[in-house]
Amino acid sequence: MDTLLALMNGFGVALEPSKLLFCLVGVFLGTAVGVLPGIGPALTVALLLPVTFKLDPAGSLIMFAGIYYGGMYGGSTTAILLNAPGESASLATALEGSKMAKAGRGGPALATAAIGSFVAGLIATIGLAFLAPWLVEVAIKFGPWDYFALMILAFVTVSATFGDSPLRGLTSLFLGITLGLVGIDKLTGQARLTFGVPELLNGIEVTTLAVGLFAVGEALYVASKRFRDPEEIIPIKGSLWMSKQDWKRSWAPWLRGTAYGFPIGALPAGGAEVPTFLSYSTEKRLCKYPEEFGKGAIEGVAGPEAANNASAAGTLVPLLTLGLPTSATAAIMLAGFQQYGLNPGPLLFAEKPDLVWGLIASLFIANVMLVILNLPLIGLWVKLLAVPQPWLYAGILVFATMGTMAVNASPVELGMLFLFGYLGYLMRRFDYPVAPMVVGLILGPMAEAQLRRALQISLGDPMILLENPISATLLTIAAIALVAPFVMKGLNRFKAAED
Amino acid sequence: MTNATPARGADRPALIVGLLLLALAGVVYYDASQQTITSNYGLGPTAMPLVACAGLVILGLTHLAVAFRGGLPKPDEADRGALLWIAGGLAGLIGCIALGGGFVIAITILFASTARGFGRRALAVDAAIGFVLGLVIFLVFAKLLTLLLPLGPLERLFL
Repeated sequence: MDTLLALMNGFGVALEPSKLLFCLVGVFLGTAVGVLPGIGPALTVALLLPVTFKLDPAGSLIMFAGIYYGGMYGGSTTAILLNAPGESASLATALEGSKMAKAGRGGPALATAAIGSFVAGLIATIGLAFLAPWLVEVAIKFGPWDYFALMILAFVTVSATFGDSPLRGLTSLFLGITLGLVGIDKLTGQARLTFGVPELLNGIEVTTLAVGLFAVGEALYVASKRFRDPEEIIPIKGSLWMSKQDWKRSWAPWLRGTAYGFPIGALPAGGAEVPTFLSYSTEKRLCKYPEEFGKGAIEGVAGPEAANNASAAGTLVPLLTLGLPTSATAAIMLAGFQQYGLNPGPLLFAEKPDLVWGLIASLFIANVMLVILNLPLIGLWVKLLAVPQPWLYAGILVFATMGTMAVNASPVELGMLFLFGYLGYLMRRFDYPVAPMVVGLILGPMAEAQLRRALQISLGDPMILLENPISATLLTIAAIALVAPFVMKGLNRFKAAED
Repeated sequence: MTNATPARGADRPALIVGLLLLALAGVVYYDASQQTITSNYGLGPTAMPLVACAGLVILGLTHLAVAFRGGLPKPDEADRGALLWIAGGLAGLIGCIALGGGFVIAITILFASTARGFGRRALAVDAAIGFVLGLVIFLVFAKLLTLLLPLGPLERLFL
């Protein structure tokens, strides 16, 4: 009951004209960047952070959430029409979607993706609204040791689930943690790893790292392999609307996709790739027309698309209630909260209920806006793909440097942006995931602070971490999650040998 | 998924990454050893750096091991010309800001050279687009968002 009341209040905030405008801008931008290959929601929010720090916090956060949702919708368009998934979450969609488009069924593929995203987004947002207050109740009882254990778990799962090599994921994470050490130590006031450079005393800006890794790194990477894999847009032929048969074959995958996406997104294991692929393989098994799989089965689009949207709502659960980011976009959104001096967590629900519930309510509105924007206007979005690449990436770099200059126009800061950009390029080139590095930079100092607090309370006894049931459980899960990929790899090798 | 074709000898990228990680660990360790104030109980300022250092050492050594067992995924050959144009554009932007050339000119340099890096051959046209874009952004920031971007002689004319 309280939840409903809070949600109603939230709608009161989210339906203010200025908030609606922010939401519209967000979903519009989100869809656009979702459609454009190579630019994802994480990058877009990172680019907007410096520009928005003087704007209204609630409005900006609503816009960021709109971008996140919009990116999930828009990603399907490129995946289906170009066979070029805009982000890893639409990899599974591309498998069947592009086949459908080639067979002249691009319209229904886009429609089932959009409507499936809508259904999933709606259900998952309801899930978020009801799960969040409950989790807040639990989180209030968390001690610093529990938070520390939770962050360790996030470290492990983020670096082990992103990308396909735990070694490279962990390397990325540790680079982020090391960068997080730079600056003045909060407890003793000593400078760490600053090498006498005054600009480094305040630490490394999350936005500089994120924009460098995502925007500059991506631009360099795309430029470096410009002459390979030319992309061809498959024009939408035939009707956009789904036939009765399509509806009948879509609704169950939508629901199953949601059932995978939301819980997995909400777990600190996070990420959208796992639920999309789980959904894909489930649909493949359950489908009444298994012979169509691989040739363009609509179930293979409906399920994964629902899963990736539901997981986006899922990742907002730990972000809002615990301040724990479990995806790249959530990590950047956390930086967004922090730039307004807001710390997501149980306290935020108590101190700024308007903001939190306004944000949650705006997600419902964003979903409605998105399905309207995506279905009738699909032709418009496809035209976006015609923007010449040189101008597109030149514009992205202009935006990236502009943001940095607006906050701190020192050559040192710009130099760091450049360096991080080159690092991001090299990491992409050798298949290192960049997201764990951003997560490490954000969560590293937080984990350190929580551990210090825990050890001060226990008078320096580290056993406190294992004596509390919650932290002990979380640390055990983290240990399992760390070891599991290596064990699984061993098992896979067995399998490969058997074949 | 990774194309782990066993290479003969050591994989150079993996070897370099491993050595760089070890070097970074050394820097972190040295810096931590320079800390003078430590706390009596709980965590001192050196605990976290030492954890990071230990992690980097392990990862560095693992990379060295990986270098002799397949190494990192082999990337395609990169288009160095394109990279140089974009890197040059970014360097030009930083130089322009450092020397007080102002935002608009810096953006013009960046836009034109990035577009060139992505294969366009109309440098003058792109420079003009970059110039107009830079000017519009500067004015929007200055008037609407009240954020002042770096000033040069050109920007002062508009304020």
